[in-house]
Amino acid sequence: MARFLASRLLSMVFVLWMVTVIAFLVIRLAPGDPSAMMLGSDATPQAVEQFRASYGLNRPIIVQYFAWLSHVVRGDLGTSIYLGRPVTTAIVERLPVSFVLTLAAFLIAVVFGVSLGIAAAYWRDSWIDRTVSGAAALGLAMPSFWLGICLIYLFAVRWPILPSGGFIAPWTDPWGSLQHLLLPAFALGYLQVGLLARMTRASMLETLRADYVRVARSKGVGEFRVVTKHAFRNALIPVLTVAGISLAVLFGGAVVIETVFTLPGVGRLLITSVVRRDYPVVQGALLVIAAWYVVINILVDFLYTVSDPRIRLRGHD
Amino acid sequence: MINKTARRRIREFGPAGLLSLLMLALIIAAIVLGPIFYSKSPTLVVISERLESPSLTHLMGTDQFGRDVLARVMAGGHQSLRVATFTMIFTVLAGSVLGLVAGYVRSLDEILMRICDAFMALPAVVLAIALMAVSEPSETNVIFALTVVYIPRMARLVRGKALLIREMPYVEAANALGARVSRVLVQHVLPNAMPEIIVLGSFIFGYAILDEATLSFLGVGPPPPAPSWGNMLAEARYLIRDAFWISFFPGLLIGVTVLATNVLGDGIRDHYDPRKSE
Repeated sequence: MARFLASRLLSMVFVLWMVTVIAFLVIRLAPGDPSAMMLGSDATPQAVEQFRASYGLNRPIIVQYFAWLSHVVRGDLGTSIYLGRPVTTAIVERLPVSFVLTLAAFLIAVVFGVSLGIAAAYWRDSWIDRTVSGAAALGLAMPSFWLGICLIYLFAVRWPILPSGGFIAPWTDPWGSLQHLLLPAFALGYLQVGLLARMTRASMLETLRADYVRVARSKGVGEFRVVTKHAFRNALIPVLTVAGISLAVLFGGAVVIETVFTLPGVGRLLITSVVRRDYPVVQGALLVIAAWYVVINILVDFLYTVSDPRIRLRGHD
Repeated sequence: MINKTARRRIREFGPAGLLSLLMLALIIAAIVLGPIFYSKSPTLVVISERLESPSLTHLMGTDQFGRDVLARVMAGGHQSLRVATFTMIFTVLAGSVLGLVAGYVRSLDEILMRICDAFMALPAVVLAIALMAVSEPSETNVIFALTVVYIPRMARLVRGKALLIREMPYVEAANALGARVSRVLVQHVLPNAMPEIIVLGSFIFGYAILDEATLSFLGVGPPPPAPSWGNMLAEARYLIRDAFWISFFPGLLIGVTVLATNVLGDGIRDHYDPRKSE
């Protein structure tokens, strides 16, 4: 098991390193030069040269990469060209917003996804089952930002009961925070609700048919207990995997939702920095989003290994 | 006259699959032929008719410049479907080649797959945003960015399939007969991987519509004034209070189109899936 985890960890480190290469190359190979953006088109050649020198833009690209990487591994993502502040600080300031949004969406996805999935499997082919699978299909087809726009229209314009945007930290004002989070978290989590419900349903259909469930029923175990304990527990592992993936991707999806609901998170920072061609910030945000994805994946692998002995023996795939 | 096999295929395809096929045909027909019958201009500014709600003269209303929303939705659909189609074609081609190489040239497999992993560690939209950040916002660049984003997914699928097929007796037989690698790939591996490629290709068509809309919404897609479903939504964002219909219809069209594509993809998958008879 230790060997399996070590090999997963190693390949994840490699993936992260590749991401730094991608993040660096994508931005460095860009045709537009940040100096032109920052200094304007009528800057003197001397000013441009000085700017390029002060940001190290005149050195060979390999040298630039390793200089950048050596700072990155120490947690220094460089200085924002536009904000004139360390990228790390700018990102860390905005991380709580993205985390809170991601976790709220995740919570919605797990609670609704799992319970709807169980209901759909239990009452197979009933109206509940059909509604859930229809709603899941809708989630896969709708752009999340359009769902967000529709929610704003319905609950902030038509029936103004919730705010249309902005962020309040849950540790300053829990109630206000909840009100502000409800719509964006729902818009972000909706797709994952559908995916989780689908997975839960499929997995539950297997276990509800299993012999141990029939045995439990014939022993006289209550129906609720049969479903939650005997059937659901055994259906859990594939559900866990999908839940893990959704936690990993929700953070990236927050990029769009933060823009719709004007939440000051990392995603919004990424988008505004893209528009400003503030490359260090774009790189930093990309790395943070990828790091989240990779770390969550390692954690899911770990949970998976601990919860299912069969995987321990299989080695890496 | 529909022959027997065709009828059987239609039955296997299911009513949902047929309905979605019909829906897609309808949308494509409306987008391609619509402008012939519906003569309003998608770009003509009529200030006196701005922000009119849907009526008989403007079925989907007008926007803040008095432009007809229905005409813009049709013109925008043109662009969205064009982007999706090209993205799908390029992804299928490049992804299949890469997947076959990875599945057949063992020395390249590990490195190619790790590169794919790295690309897939970034959410599709985020990677596409990064690529658009460094290029001019044009339709060609959007197609390029989305293709780069989806290639690893296609390559992984084809590679997995190639690894399975290369162990099959018929490939062994071909090898024993002295067939060249290129012949084995084109004659045996590719045709047998085709169902999966088609299915993923159909889903990629849907993803591309969604992601193109997202890029445009975020301001890094094909630029205005040429409408796309995404940039219509971006422009309408600040008008939710006064004119929700400008946001509603392009989004609805995106949803219906992608839904139809997905259901079609599911239908194709079920059609090829032997376990479906459950």
